[in-house]
Amino acid sequence: MKKLLAIVLSLCMLLAFAGCSDANTSSGSDADEAKVLSIDEVELTVADKIEAVAKEDLKVGFIFLHDANSTYDKNFIDAANAACEALGIKDDQVIMKTGIPEGEECYTTAKELVNAGCQVIFADSFGHEPYMVKAAKEYPKVQFCHATGVRGKTEGLGNYHTAFAEIYKGRYLAGIAAGMKLNEMIKAGKFTAEEAKIGYVGAFPYAEVISGYTSFYLGVKSVCPTVKMEVQYTQSWFDIEKENTAAKALIANGCKLISQHADSSGAPSACEAAGVPNVAYNVDTSNIGPNTAIISSKISWVPYMTMMIKAMLEGTSIPADYCATLEEGAVQLTALTKNAAPGTQEAIDAAKAKLSDGSLKVFDTKNFTVDGKELTTYLADVVDMGDFVPDTEAVVDGRFIESEKRSAPYFNVIIDGITVPKN
Amino acid sequence: MTDTKLKQNHEPLIHITKRDDSGFWKSALVHLIGIVIALMLSSLLIIAVTGQNPMALFKSMYEGVIGTPIANSGINKKYVESLHIVAILLCISLAVTPAFKMKFWNIGAEGQVLMGCLASAYCMIEFGGKMDNTVLLLVMLAASILVGAIWAVIPAICKAFWNTNETLFTLMMNYVAMTLVSYFIMVKDKSGRSDLGIINERTGYGYLPNLFERNYIFNIIIVAAVTVLMFIYLKYSKQGYEISVVGESENTARYIGINVKKVIIRTVAISGAICGLVGFMIIAGDKHSIKDDIVGGQGFTAIMVSWMAGFNPIVMIPVSMLIVFLSVGSKFATSAFKLDNSIGDILTAIVIFSIIACEFFIRYKVNFRKSVKGDKS
Repeated sequence: MKKLLAIVLSLCMLLAFAGCSDANTSSGSDADEAKVLSIDEVELTVADKIEAVAKEDLKVGFIFLHDANSTYDKNFIDAANAACEALGIKDDQVIMKTGIPEGEECYTTAKELVNAGCQVIFADSFGHEPYMVKAAKEYPKVQFCHATGVRGKTEGLGNYHTAFAEIYKGRYLAGIAAGMKLNEMIKAGKFTAEEAKIGYVGAFPYAEVISGYTSFYLGVKSVCPTVKMEVQYTQSWFDIEKENTAAKALIANGCKLISQHADSSGAPSACEAAGVPNVAYNVDTSNIGPNTAIISSKISWVPYMTMMIKAMLEGTSIPADYCATLEEGAVQLTALTKNAAPGTQEAIDAAKAKLSDGSLKVFDTKNFTVDGKELTTYLADVVDMGDFVPDTEAVVDGRFIESEKRSAPYFNVIIDGITVPKN
Repeated sequence: MTDTKLKQNHEPLIHITKRDDSGFWKSALVHLIGIVIALMLSSLLIIAVTGQNPMALFKSMYEGVIGTPIANSGINKKYVESLHIVAILLCISLAVTPAFKMKFWNIGAEGQVLMGCLASAYCMIEFGGKMDNTVLLLVMLAASILVGAIWAVIPAICKAFWNTNETLFTLMMNYVAMTLVSYFIMVKDKSGRSDLGIINERTGYGYLPNLFERNYIFNIIIVAAVTVLMFIYLKYSKQGYEISVVGESENTARYIGINVKKVIIRTVAISGAICGLVGFMIIAGDKHSIKDDIVGGQGFTAIMVSWMAGFNPIVMIPVSMLIVFLSVGSKFATSAFKLDNSIGDILTAIVIFSIIACEFFIRYKVNFRKSVKGDKS
């Protein structure tokens, strides 16, 4: 027993010692944090030139967070199939791994795909990133492509690439359809313009989600200026029950229309049950909500995946970080359903033309306020060093330059008119 | 006449008697036969359900575990990885064994390992870069072992003093540990996504160094040492003997002057400490990240390994190898043949079931009723 006591005491001493050295060195690390470099000051990644692979020898690996039951992953799986089919890549040259969590399993799976002979590996979820980077470091001759990642441009790994699309434009256009619907309901006397409130079911409180719902809200506001929005987070990318409950709670709170950024059918089906219009993301929900679905915006990954496979076949290179555009068809809207208000298509087409010719900017700082004031300067965390320290000025020429400095969204300001749950 | 008939009716067709101890070779032979039968059954299943050649599938399983040199780099790292999975499972099995031998049903290894992981991850985040890496590793090691031991000792104290049910208690402690880890992630996470990613990814603070230019070798060496020490401890030490006496009969132990409470608490603390050590190895030598499911059920698989090996540390080596071969191999093979994952689970189940069935034939003898036709009354 004495021995045990001695061991415990010595451990305590060790830990206490650890505490001391903690205090001694902490002043040093403050000095390091002083020099934060913006994206314009850091060295950017140069993508490797790829050795061309013969078409019949190419093997492509895909890592998906969930399976096709998730609207988010279905979107990727469909795109992968479409891109491979269009380029004549046969089924046995494609390995798809579904249900890979955002953790160590992603790294293990990436290694497995390398072992199976894949020359290029694609992963679809944000949390896969550190594990894809880890695998990319280990296998420098294999190309790793990661959707929604933030580090491709600055990681300095020639075989690691990230991509996203300017989906905020799609959200904005979908928002116009939602706004038109609200106006229709106001006109029909269902509620007053002051009561116009919409709900949003988001996954996590971080930039991709915040940027998504803000651009959606700005779209709604552009046609229905009195609108307010309430957001609820589910803390999960795919949870039918939680998304359903969140949507119901928002409806109970007086929301007249619901949209979501989470990947299950939970929110659309809650809307259908309550007869509340729904604007979806990533997938056509007209079969889930025949009487309530209006429109859905989504990223089409076909252009990016096509580019990725072509680069492998032709021996060019895959951009270190790539933002796919509205014009190349990477941002898409599903067909308007019968539930949409009349004139919606015309309004969307007009806005789309203006977005394309640059006369309309989604994040024009004249269109929104933060704490009652116009946003004149904002430091965003564009260079991801794992520190969450903002580094780059993102308000330029009277607009927030979303997705221009890096493909993945970095707009994470809560603007006036949107209420988010307090932690 | 009626008497004999009655007697005949009372003698069952099959009856079972306990065997005397079978020898080592005999039992090894029975197990071998069991595995062969299991493989034949599996083959039939594979042909019936999938129409694939079972030999090709088994070969693919083997390749999945041992690996082949990768086309792009010519290096085969797979067998080291597989060996590492074996090492982790083996070490948890070793950890639960002393408690089991004492008939203390500790099913909380999962939680104890997880708490070890948590302690290591905490030190990595808090002290990374603030002290020498070697010192940091030692602090992590000490913290993990201590926390793992504490997590196991809490139910042990309650068992020793108030005779609470250790099975339920240790099981509940697993869930407490998982919730604590989730809470820790929530507090420490700055991204808003409840995910810490890879800890100290860019600095590598608190990572065990590579040996012979390979990952995992450090862990494998640690486990090899733990295996030998545990074998010696259980078989030749006085404390090891005390454990078996307490396991056989607490009253006997008390009668010969063993302090039962002390033995229970000490043994379970050792169990927990080794679990904590595994937590350290998982965090520092392998995953460098933490999640509430990071142990992945190995704390429960280890219980099976320990039992199947008859609580013998040396026998646990082949048993954990077999389990890992089946799980890693079948996962690889099913994906190579584009089959459903559950086929792999079924194969694993058939093999494990056969081995457990072998135990029955080793311990008991099956006697059939002798023919009674020729009997005269």
